[in-house]
Amino acid sequence: MIPILGIPPQALFGQLLIGLINGSFYALLSLGLAVIFGLLNIINFTHGAQYMMGAFVAWFLLQYAGLGYWWALLIAPIVVGGLGILLERVMLKRLYGLDHLYGLLLTFGLALIIQGLFRNQFGSSGQPYTLPAQLTGGQNLGFMFLPNYRAWVIGFSLTICLGTWFVI
Amino acid sequence: MLHRFLIALAVVALAAGPSAAEISDGVIKIGVLNDQSSLYADLTGQGSVLAARMAVEDYGAAAKGLKVEIIFADHQNKPDVGSAVARQWYDADKVDVIVDVPNSGVALAVNQITRDKGKAFLVSGAASSDLTGKACSPNTIHWTYDTWALANGTGNAIVKTGGDSWFFITADYAFGLALERDVEAVVLKNGGKVLGRVRHPLNTADFSSFLLQAQASKAKIIGLANAGGDTTNAIKQAAEFGLVKGGQNLAGLLVFITDVHALGLPTAQGLIFTETFYWDMNDKTRAFAKKFADRNRGIHPTMIHAGVYASVLHYLKAVEALKSDEGTKVIEKMKATPTDDLLFGKGSIRADGRKIHPAYLFEVKKPNESKGPWDYYKLRATIPAEQAFRPVDQGDCPLVKK
Repeated sequence: MIPILGIPPQALFGQLLIGLINGSFYALLSLGLAVIFGLLNIINFTHGAQYMMGAFVAWFLLQYAGLGYWWALLIAPIVVGGLGILLERVMLKRLYGLDHLYGLLLTFGLALIIQGLFRNQFGSSGQPYTLPAQLTGGQNLGFMFLPNYRAWVIGFSLTICLGTWFVI
Repeated sequence: MLHRFLIALAVVALAAGPSAAEISDGVIKIGVLNDQSSLYADLTGQGSVLAARMAVEDYGAAAKGLKVEIIFADHQNKPDVGSAVARQWYDADKVDVIVDVPNSGVALAVNQITRDKGKAFLVSGAASSDLTGKACSPNTIHWTYDTWALANGTGNAIVKTGGDSWFFITADYAFGLALERDVEAVVLKNGGKVLGRVRHPLNTADFSSFLLQAQASKAKIIGLANAGGDTTNAIKQAAEFGLVKGGQNLAGLLVFITDVHALGLPTAQGLIFTETFYWDMNDKTRAFAKKFADRNRGIHPTMIHAGVYASVLHYLKAVEALKSDEGTKVIEKMKATPTDDLLFGKGSIRADGRKIHPAYLFEVKKPNESKGPWDYYKLRATIPAEQAFRPVDQGDCPLVKK
């Protein structure tokens, strides 16, 4: 095959697609942060920790309740959203009249505490989570193997981002 | 990243007996320096602190009139942070011996500082075979394993069963580079070839780009010259990208039991790798593991934890015999004394600082072969002590007389 920009097309398309996949992950990850900042003017440093708690809710559901990925996809956001409401009512609400820096300090501190608690309890190695049967496997695109799960993430991320765009 | 510069001090206050006059300040102070918060925290971390504590308890230091203190710190996998802690410990906090220190980059730095200060350094976590090679020191003992032993064990076994073309995914720092170098030497010696390599930064979350290159290389074996969270991420994502289904095989060149636990048996089954300790080997190791796990949130000991335990035990023996904790002398005494402990059995320490014991080639069990959590390995082969490590005359260690 003819190299494009000095790179074999296989490698180029492969890396472009990986860029798209990772972009989708990051878009999902940062969407909440952007919405909260845009609408409420809160710089939410706890966002990453809350994202992690979402993953843990999914893991708890599988581990202790036997509920798989699809149920978790529905329940985890509700649970973490509930915790978010609690956080806002109990703590953040008191800081609205003050400088943004106070909110930043609070959420930053909370992020450290949450991370520390989870690391202490569950270690740093990560926990195994099995994918649902519908999303295992993948497609051979000729230039690379695209796991079904990652294709699903691209689709899901696009849907959520566009949905948010049109709703707001 | 969040900046946590914490030097947490945990002091094991053991009943103070009458202290020998030759022990500096009357206290033997042990500093456990490792990764407390990141990708190596489960396989070293607090487990190593606990292992050192158990060694002091099992040795009966208090009853023997030795006063021992244990402190620990997080080096955050940064050589500059590790060096700063080591200097402070030696200069200001009167630490006599530093133990563990995973991350070869940090360990090589601490190795030099320890030598300059005439203290003692017991390596369990770090892997680079340079610690008993070019960088060997009269103040350092390398206990548990090294990159040469891993290459010799795992590399040999894989090349000899037909894995003759390799592609390396390597952690881009002292450890990964040493491991890649030592495995490559074994592959080439056995008539295999290396088709390519790619380096990734320490603590990488996304391996897809590297795996894509490995896939394109068409190599039969993809050698993972990394450790801890990097290895588990690479293995999980390799499964996702269908590398193994496509006919390629993964070689985890350094895998710990905590990694297998994190991967889960469905993903980890069939992996072959070299370790020098597994908790379920005999009654003594099982008894140790039970005591250890009960105090470590159920996490069973890795070979690094075992190495910390055994090396601290041997250190205390030498200090007691010498009635002194002067670093250079204690290390000399440790080398002169045959070792004997519950976990590694009888062994010895060579002039270059290399602790000698057997190594084992393990295979990860299939899910239906395992009786439950932590029952993960089956023994494939035992590499006798005299073959497990690099011959003493091949390491270019200046301490070894030719």
